Amino acid sequence: MERKLKNWGNYPEVTSNVRSFDTTRMVEKLCAEEKHWIARGMGRCYGDASLGQNVISTLKYNKVISFDVENGIMECQAGFSLDEVLQLAVPKGWFLPVTPGTKFVSLGGAVASDIHGKNHHKEGSFSRHTLSITILCGDGKIYTCSRTENSDLFEATCGGMGLTGVILSVKFQLKKVSTSYITQKQIKAANLDELLVLFEQYKEYTYSVAWVDCLARGKQFGRSILMLGEHTERSELKGGKAKEPLKVHTEAGLNIPFNFPPFVLNKYSIKLFNFAYYHKNFRKVQQSIAHYDGFFYPLDNIKNWNRMYGKPGFLQYQFVLPLDQVEGLKLIMNKIAEKKQGSFLSVLKVFGPQNDLISFPEEGYTLALDFPLTGSLLKFLDELDKVVQDCGGRIYLTKDARMSKEFFHSSYPRLAEFRDIVNKYNPNAEFKSVQSDRLSITR
Amino acid sequence: MKTVLLLGATSDIGQALADKYAKEGYTVWLAGRNVQHMQDIATDLKIRHEASVEYFRFEALDYLSHQKFYNDLPGTPDVAICIFGYLGDQEKAEKELEECQNILDTNYKAAVSILNIVANSYEESGTGTIIGISSVAGDRGRQSNYFYGSAKAGFTAYLAGLRNRLFKHNVHVLTVKPGFVDTKMTEHLELPAPLTAQPQKVANAIFKAARKKNNSIYVLGIWWLIMAIIKSIPEPIFKRLKL
Repeated sequence: MERKLKNWGNYPEVTSNVRSFDTTRMVEKLCAEEKHWIARGMGRCYGDASLGQNVISTLKYNKVISFDVENGIMECQAGFSLDEVLQLAVPKGWFLPVTPGTKFVSLGGAVASDIHGKNHHKEGSFSRHTLSITILCGDGKIYTCSRTENSDLFEATCGGMGLTGVILSVKFQLKKVSTSYITQKQIKAANLDELLVLFEQYKEYTYSVAWVDCLARGKQFGRSILMLGEHTERSELKGGKAKEPLKVHTEAGLNIPFNFPPFVLNKYSIKLFNFAYYHKNFRKVQQSIAHYDGFFYPLDNIKNWNRMYGKPGFLQYQFVLPLDQVEGLKLIMNKIAEKKQGSFLSVLKVFGPQNDLISFPEEGYTLALDFPLTGSLLKFLDELDKVVQDCGGRIYLTKDARMSKEFFHSSYPRLAEFRDIVNKYNPNAEFKSVQSDRLSITR
Repeated sequence: MKTVLLLGATSDIGQALADKYAKEGYTVWLAGRNVQHMQDIATDLKIRHEASVEYFRFEALDYLSHQKFYNDLPGTPDVAICIFGYLGDQEKAEKELEECQNILDTNYKAAVSILNIVANSYEESGTGTIIGISSVAGDRGRQSNYFYGSAKAGFTAYLAGLRNRLFKHNVHVLTVKPGFVDTKMTEHLELPAPLTAQPQKVANAIFKAARKKNNSIYVLGIWWLIMAIIKSIPEPIFKRLKL
């Protein structure tokens, strides 16, 4: 069926022929019938990565294949979501090895984006915990791949944005936990310099991320709250929490039923929000025990929060800069503060070492922020791209809807290798997306 | 523990029902053509709900095999749900007898054949629930899908008769008219979102209606209204409409 499709940022919108499958025979048949497919799960990537002329939805291919409760190894079909993984795994004392800021991500999408989370500096991205993948490639064959079997395909599929084929199933290692709670510590940093020192000081924490007020200037430039967390031990729980130490999350409470009109988000309301968010923590250091749902997924509690940005949508900008490029980071944050276009939640994190074929994370500072889509935004982001490029950084494809192909080609050093592997398994660009065409990855 | 038999278990509604009944603690018996697919569904249900699940090959159009299929089940199911159906291609069916027969046979003859066997068994044991997935298309024949519609109309009438016959034997019969459902069968159609239910919603509604011993339900309330209007249009006007 032809229908209008957009991802989480509500930009861009394309008309696609969307089909789904629930058996391998069905997906093979679909791919044989029509050319130029791109797989799509829950549409939580922000830009144009999972959009295309023909879209294969994996959402009906959502069965769990096996769950080894002893060893924490789970294998699921690609449409199975992280939300469902948690529902099964948590009561048995297992947790996601890596999780992004939302649990509404399919496993296929998690692999294709090679998602990262607050523990990247310690535990890497999702591919570090992925044991094997089965995938229907552009040559019409189904392959199993892992670090040791068809390893080129594995490397190009993790973070490969679906360009090697349709991921069918994913086998991955879970993480042992004794409770579903996180012991968290929040530390206020008066400015960016203080924050970077704190990051270094607390790098042994499993989870760390900072919310940054990108609109504060002068002495308060980069004021922020560093959030640290460790999985809570049984002995730390008291009262009601101790009675149900492995409690699973519940469904979202709020819903944004329609697109907000554009005037709701303006520089004043955003500034006010950021001011309030910073000052809600009275003390310099606050410690508490939070359920994983609140710690990892605060926004999941508001269904359709993307509608707050109104009908035009928004762009999320996420880049990473090498560790020695603090000046570049400051330059970018200064430009944002000047522009007064910061977002509700700007998130800064230090990535640990990683040097994969096409995956986004590499050692350095990563900043992610949302910009409501306005007329002048695209030009402004091009300006930021320039700084990122000069600093030797790059942009996360999962969030991207607009970077230039020149910038992309110069910022992913192993792109040529990636393209060779894509051409091997997807020789006639049977799989391609609006994004891969825009960035000239697929011919 | 109660048992549910799902005839046409690999359909989207079948899978949603399997999930719902497994979640509610039923033993689930899947019946369908694609054994590999049923095996995947069974594995999923066992892991998700720690449910007891078995699957059996069932060929709806092979009427002569139905009795043996039913006899070979490990016991008598407490609930039997007839889900399978075939939407077919209306225009093709107008010209080709084979497509026409396929629609009529799958949606009517096959359903009647297997439910006759279930009905006789329930009548004898004096207990059980039979649920038939019919369609709003059976409420009135329209030019856009009257092969499918007439087969479902026949099925609706059959279920009503069955309900009448089995009531005194303590056997309940529920007719379900789901309206538009977002499934593989309807994926190529452009369905208006407010009138389209997700399979999970259909499954939840069926489970609830069966427990409350409803006789006939539309899944989305709005369909009752729509069909009430469609049924009330006088034929001299109706025949001129493009529906």
